[in-house]
Amino acid sequence: MRWRLFRQKPQPPLEQRPFDLLCLTIAVVLGVHAPHLPWWLTVASAGTLWLRWWQRRQRTGRAPAYLKLPLVALLAAAVVFHYDTLFGREPGAAMVSGLLVLKLLETEAPRDARVGVGFACFALMSALLFDQGLLATLFVALGLLPAIATLRALQPARPQTTLPRELLPALGLLGVSLPLALVAFVFVPRLSSPLWGAPNPTQSKSGLSSDMSPGDFSQVLLDDRPAMRVSFDDAPPPNAQRYFRAFVLWNYDGRTWREKTPESSPAPAEHGPVAHYTISLEATGQRVLPALDVPIEAPANAQLGRDRELRADRPVNDPLVYRLGSALSYHLQTQLGDLDRRRALRLPPGFDPRTRALGEHWRMQYGANDAAIIQAAMNLFHNGGFSYTLGPAPLGSNAIDDFLFGTHEGFCEHYASSFTVLMRAAGIPARVVTGYQGGYWNTLGNYLLVRQSDAHAWSEVWLPGRGWVRFDPTAAVRPERVNQGSAAANATTADWAPNRWMLEWRNHWDVVNQWWNQGVIGFDTLRQHGLLTPFGVHDTSVGTLAVLLGVGGSLFAILGLSWALWKRPETDQARAAMQLLEKRLAAAGVARRPSEGPQHYFSRAARTLPGQRDELEHLMRTYLELRYAHEEPPADLLKNFRQAARDFRPRRVFK
Amino acid sequence: MQEAIRRFRLWAERRLPALTRYRRREDLPILLHRRRIYIVPTGFGAAFTLLLLVMLVGALNYSNNAALMLTCLLGATTSASMLVAFRSLNGLRLTGVRHGHAIAGEPMAVQFVFAGGDHAHASIHMEMDGQTEAFAVAALGETVVAMSLPTAQRGWQPLPRIKLWSNWPLGLFHAWSWIHPDQAVLVWPRPETGGPPPVLPSDDGKKQRLHQGEDIAALRAYRMGDPQRHIAWKHSARHEQLLVKDFEQPEAQEEWRLDWRQLSQLVPEARIARLARWLGEAEAVGRPTSLWLPHEDIGLGHGRSHYAHCMSALARLP
Repeated sequence: MRWRLFRQKPQPPLEQRPFDLLCLTIAVVLGVHAPHLPWWLTVASAGTLWLRWWQRRQRTGRAPAYLKLPLVALLAAAVVFHYDTLFGREPGAAMVSGLLVLKLLETEAPRDARVGVGFACFALMSALLFDQGLLATLFVALGLLPAIATLRALQPARPQTTLPRELLPALGLLGVSLPLALVAFVFVPRLSSPLWGAPNPTQSKSGLSSDMSPGDFSQVLLDDRPAMRVSFDDAPPPNAQRYFRAFVLWNYDGRTWREKTPESSPAPAEHGPVAHYTISLEATGQRVLPALDVPIEAPANAQLGRDRELRADRPVNDPLVYRLGSALSYHLQTQLGDLDRRRALRLPPGFDPRTRALGEHWRMQYGANDAAIIQAAMNLFHNGGFSYTLGPAPLGSNAIDDFLFGTHEGFCEHYASSFTVLMRAAGIPARVVTGYQGGYWNTLGNYLLVRQSDAHAWSEVWLPGRGWVRFDPTAAVRPERVNQGSAAANATTADWAPNRWMLEWRNHWDVVNQWWNQGVIGFDTLRQHGLLTPFGVHDTSVGTLAVLLGVGGSLFAILGLSWALWKRPETDQARAAMQLLEKRLAAAGVARRPSEGPQHYFSRAARTLPGQRDELEHLMRTYLELRYAHEEPPADLLKNFRQAARDFRPRRVFK
Repeated sequence: MQEAIRRFRLWAERRLPALTRYRRREDLPILLHRRRIYIVPTGFGAAFTLLLLVMLVGALNYSNNAALMLTCLLGATTSASMLVAFRSLNGLRLTGVRHGHAIAGEPMAVQFVFAGGDHAHASIHMEMDGQTEAFAVAALGETVVAMSLPTAQRGWQPLPRIKLWSNWPLGLFHAWSWIHPDQAVLVWPRPETGGPPPVLPSDDGKKQRLHQGEDIAALRAYRMGDPQRHIAWKHSARHEQLLVKDFEQPEAQEEWRLDWRQLSQLVPEARIARLARWLGEAEAVGRPTSLWLPHEDIGLGHGRSHYAHCMSALARLP
């Protein structure tokens, strides 16, 4: 006896309709992966897909093995050539999409189509590892429609319809499944730590970087994607106080400002009232968490640095929601150690001689009066013919000198950088802080939307007795940058909102995104806990969640079963119409006696209402025929009787 | 032990009528309902569940909530499709079985009439004796499924157990039910392939009915019993004997009287086969036949219904 490991049942050939739907599914998969695939792979895959679809319309037939194997090898080689590896997120996605299209080459039986659909579902999900924004997720969910329709189309003896209408039942099925899916989503226990490595960090596609050289910010300032959204517990601070610090830069080498080596234990701060707020941060791929001015305590999984900057334990690869409290009036680090003072005064030797000379000149001029020196610098920016532009002229090797005494044009980086250098030259400890300033107050969603274009740089100056004090030289040049936000300041150069209507629409859309980010993407163990606490569930262990999941699932199972078992009650329409007649006749004084047959009853009614004798006789004949002449009453007769019974109004005869 | 198995079988038959194939024969109509519909994942369903688990673990590992949502949605759709699979069988009724005629060894066309409940039933498979037919029934509608039933020998042949199943809508779940209608079809005997023509009793064979023809066919010698008015007196005058005008023509087809008892030299089955062959030959040329069987006499007749009547009588012989 011979054993065969894989019993192959003879398969009926695949029809054209499921094949078309499968092609559509794979096209959607290619579409959702296209943004992160190399363009040549997308083009080649789409071409193969189309070619195969066209070929199958001509005649059926698998691709021969001598064609398939080299194609798979070619795909693997191309991916390795492009990424240097087969493993990881991007190469994996490229392999999955490519193999999916190649699978189509040999799809000739329903079984192949099923395998293709399963594979496509997996590929759809993997696209969400790259982008889990609302739009991307919706698009991916849309890809489930042709996938489900393909499976449905594989069944024989199903209602035939047009291709677009094939998608409707799939939509219905997904729709009725949505409540159960939500229950599962809420109650599925989350992993406390990943089982294996997290995917590659998102390339820092936007946002602030940990160093700053004047001139390199301008791309960020033109990027109006959301950076974060902030909702305050109480009233939001005025625009001029919305400074969100990200990086504190101490070290200057004549061109670039850098962070100093991190130190633990935050510098002491005395502070006034604390504003509490929640930030939902978009994925940055970095560890920095922007915070309003001076945060008091770090949230979970993050540390507060020496200069009150926040660092998460892991890079923020997915949107993150965190809660903070910050002081807007404070005295930060009123005692400056010698080491810190030396660092805050250090200037690279041999650079910017004129700037240093100016600083030293001010020190001589104003003596120990730091406030006067700062004021002199501010006046210089305000009255010195400086202008704000995102496209400044290039600077030479003595960048600050060129800017202060030459070009006179630049944006926040130039101003913050040169102000800080001037301060240090004058002997005042100073540093550069980068982060975000301003933001758009979305009245609809009651939160502050901060875009990448709100990125900003300013200075902090250490004054005896007051600690670090923020000075924003950009405000001296262009006050609206601080008071009205970057959009107003950049209005001449960055025309990102062509009209009011677009702006409104964008803000509404941002509310939806915010809801998605907070409600879905940011839904973690903590939120799970918070959701259950109002219902008296304080223990969100895996066991409890499993029980809740079971209960919720059973609830839907009962609902579904009752739907499946529900039968329309058998209604006797002739009986219902007769009852209506009896009611009307009874009101006219002819009540049916319990023992009375229809014929007798109708003739009695006709005697009582002689004016409607013909009508009543017609009703009687119809009813008798309906009841006794047919096994199954004909539909038109039934309709006729019901209509007549509805129209019948007894006219009472008063004697 | 035997007793225990028997009792278990009885219990199973009572509780799980469709799962155990021991279901007794039932009268029509047979209604499929929740007590007799069973459902398991198909191979593809099991593989798909495995895929969903992989996706779930992946989504949880990367704490990717959008992917988790997608996985949950697919999982919920999978469970919903189970209910749809169940519902596609639930409420389906087998209301009638019609069948044609077939001689033993040839397949018999059998038609099954299925009526739908208050909703449409799509993609139902009917499996009988290894052949499968897919059909759909509209809500409150009727569908006739034609199957061919292989036959082996003459006589009453009960319908085999029938499996009704559906993988609707996504092929992830297999819902099935066994039905066993209490219905039998009558299979006609198979005629022998060759053999002698029927032996006709001589007197019966020569006995010819008179036929009032227009023309005189021939003149022949008088035989005892010829009617007097048929005598051709003028012709007879010129001959030495009486001549009779022969108006009669033998009927185009002689009638065959097929008698079971005359074939006593054969075994019963061979007799039946021979009679069946004669019936078939007679039917082919439209010859009137009568059939005498041990417990049944079928008078003269011809045509399709007469043939069917005779064949059925033969088929019913013990």
